[in-house]
Amino acid sequence: MTVTAAAPPRSPRPAVSDQDLRSLLLIRHFERALLRLFERGVLSGTTHTCLGQEYVPVALSALLRDDDFVFSNHRGHGHFLARHPDPDGLLAEIMGREGALCGGVGGSQHIYHQRFLSTGVQGESLPVATGVALKLAGTGALACAYIGDGTWGEGAVYEALNMASLWRVPLLVVVEHNGIAQSTPTSVQMAGTIAARAAAFGVRHHHIASTDVDEIRAGLAPLVDAVRAEPSPLVVEFATHRLGPHSKGDDTRSPEEIRRVRESDWYDRYAEADPERFARIDGEQRDLVERVVAEVSARPAAPAASAALATPSPEARP
Amino acid sequence: MTRVSEHLNQALHDLMESDPSVHLLGEDVSDPYGGAFKVTRGLSSRFGSRVRSTPLSEGAIAGVGAGLALAGDKAIVEIMFSDFVALAFDQITNFAAKSTSMYGRPVPVPLVVRCPTGGNRGYGPTHSQNPQKHFIGVPGLSLFEMTPFHDAGDLLTRMFELARPCLFFEDKVLYTRQMHDTGDLFRFEVTDDVARVYVDGAGPPDCTLVTHGGLVHRTLDAMRALLLEDELVCELLVPAQLYPVPHLPGLEDAPHVCVVDDGTEGGTWAAEVATALYPRLWGRLRRPITLVNSADSVIPAAPHLEREVLVQAGHIRAAVREALS
Ligand SMILES: Cc1ncc(C[n+]2csc(CCOP(=O)(O)OP(=O)(O)O)c2C)c(N)n1
Ligand SMILES: [Mg+2]
Repeated sequence: MTVTAAAPPRSPRPAVSDQDLRSLLLIRHFERALLRLFERGVLSGTTHTCLGQEYVPVALSALLRDDDFVFSNHRGHGHFLARHPDPDGLLAEIMGREGALCGGVGGSQHIYHQRFLSTGVQGESLPVATGVALKLAGTGALACAYIGDGTWGEGAVYEALNMASLWRVPLLVVVEHNGIAQSTPTSVQMAGTIAARAAAFGVRHHHIASTDVDEIRAGLAPLVDAVRAEPSPLVVEFATHRLGPHSKGDDTRSPEEIRRVRESDWYDRYAEADPERFARIDGEQRDLVERVVAEVSARPAAPAASAALATPSPEARP
Repeated sequence: MTRVSEHLNQALHDLMESDPSVHLLGEDVSDPYGGAFKVTRGLSSRFGSRVRSTPLSEGAIAGVGAGLALAGDKAIVEIMFSDFVALAFDQITNFAAKSTSMYGRPVPVPLVVRCPTGGNRGYGPTHSQNPQKHFIGVPGLSLFEMTPFHDAGDLLTRMFELARPCLFFEDKVLYTRQMHDTGDLFRFEVTDDVARVYVDGAGPPDCTLVTHGGLVHRTLDAMRALLLEDELVCELLVPAQLYPVPHLPGLEDAPHVCVVDDGTEGGTWAAEVATALYPRLWGRLRRPITLVNSADSVIPAAPHLEREVLVQAGHIRAAVREALS
């Protein structure tokens, strides 16, 4: 049941479209800007950046349709921006400013926008995604849920996989296996493997070691088509790397380990492959994010919560 | 001066040193991380396999703690954010608490579930709650909360001596405050379970406030403003044991009682305290007990919205002034 993609033949020239590069770099600069805002004491609460993992949602975004439902987690800014390039709305949400996606109530970890939904309780989304997929079955649409490797500790993950398999629902579970959960290495918190766990439920599993967006898509496209057509659940496991701290300033990994993690970053590889084009788009996206930060920072606070917190009316549907 | 988080950390060190039967489990509790709020720092380096970083498995780690306790040891389980204790609800209420009595004879289950709690940090709706109220009235389960006045080591010892599961709430903002700090206007004394904070030499209070550990500083801010700007003298009672509600001393002559509770409105700890006080104070109270709670709302992430939902000093002051007007 396990389909393992060959290790990436570190192609010196990963071909990547302008659009994908833009998306990758938008997320990168957005996350960096957040860390800077935190350092300046402008942001409150916490934030979990996806630095190093941006290519995962970017690769997936082209395989997803508008009528698909996406479930995200605490590390969700990239998931969101790859699907909805609306950094203003997201930043306004994170900063609690006017124009916030969810009125400033949800903040970084709790976003519901069109068919994108995130929540900060690990594992909680998978049963919900299974329910949504149950409803979508037969329409050709699917429910996609991003979870981390650490989240496989939660029982809800298995209860959901079992039902998803029994009921053959179009559920695409995207695992960002970055080898760590907060501070705990996966080696001391996961017995066995994700592949074997998926196999135990009769759920197809696909392993991806590549960070090359096009290569990932090519391997994944027929499998995602099968999720929609059969329908059936699929677990896609990315071997990926968290470049930054878990949230902010809480990285207890050794400097050597962080250096090793940095070596796998897509950023330098894409820059080397096509320096002139990369520099142009990199500059564009950096400027864009800077403008967004300046513009959103100047906005007034999101209006009082009464509207956002009011009881929903039955017509309020996505 | 000791920060509350450091005081708790020291208490855990002392307890694990003096009692080799104590285990501690929780997500990311091991060094060098030492827990999300650093309360378990140094424990894994010192006590080896008695301290374990666990997978993300709140339900199961509460159960594992209960198992260690059932087998004759003692267990402390840390839930990283108390919001996630919902995932352990079954293990705590249907197994750990019930097993102390459902087998027709007393079964000791010395288990303490530590819960970093509360908001005012901008963490948003699933990382800011005060879930105490959801655990009130569970047979076999006791609730405690850390305060700036109670010795954490004594509290841990007391909880284990009960030989039944206890939830121990620790407010996340309180972690950053100093132990025993009441500012210059107030004094405090601890009698049995309850800390009494009072204005030195001010005579009988106009109002006696009752609150839990996480709200102490906001309540003291309100008491300060009430004294200096409204000329109203307040006294504060802070029990460490939240449930069963302990005896709250000295209320017989209180002209007014106000219970302040960070939990959102509806089925609250404050109402539980008032229920315990009414029969005792009936006939002496001049007006109904005032209950102050956070709004009936999720807790927004944006700080300016969060502030409006959670109990703040201004809400407490306004409630006391209104009751006494
Ligand atoms: C139920 C629950 N338990 C604990 C947490 C606190 N927490 C947030 S993220 C995280 C680690 C998640 O690790 P993983 O699933 O590997 O995702 P990653 O952070 O690596 O992307 C933890 C413990 C939580 N949000 N929800
Ligand atoms: Mg991880």
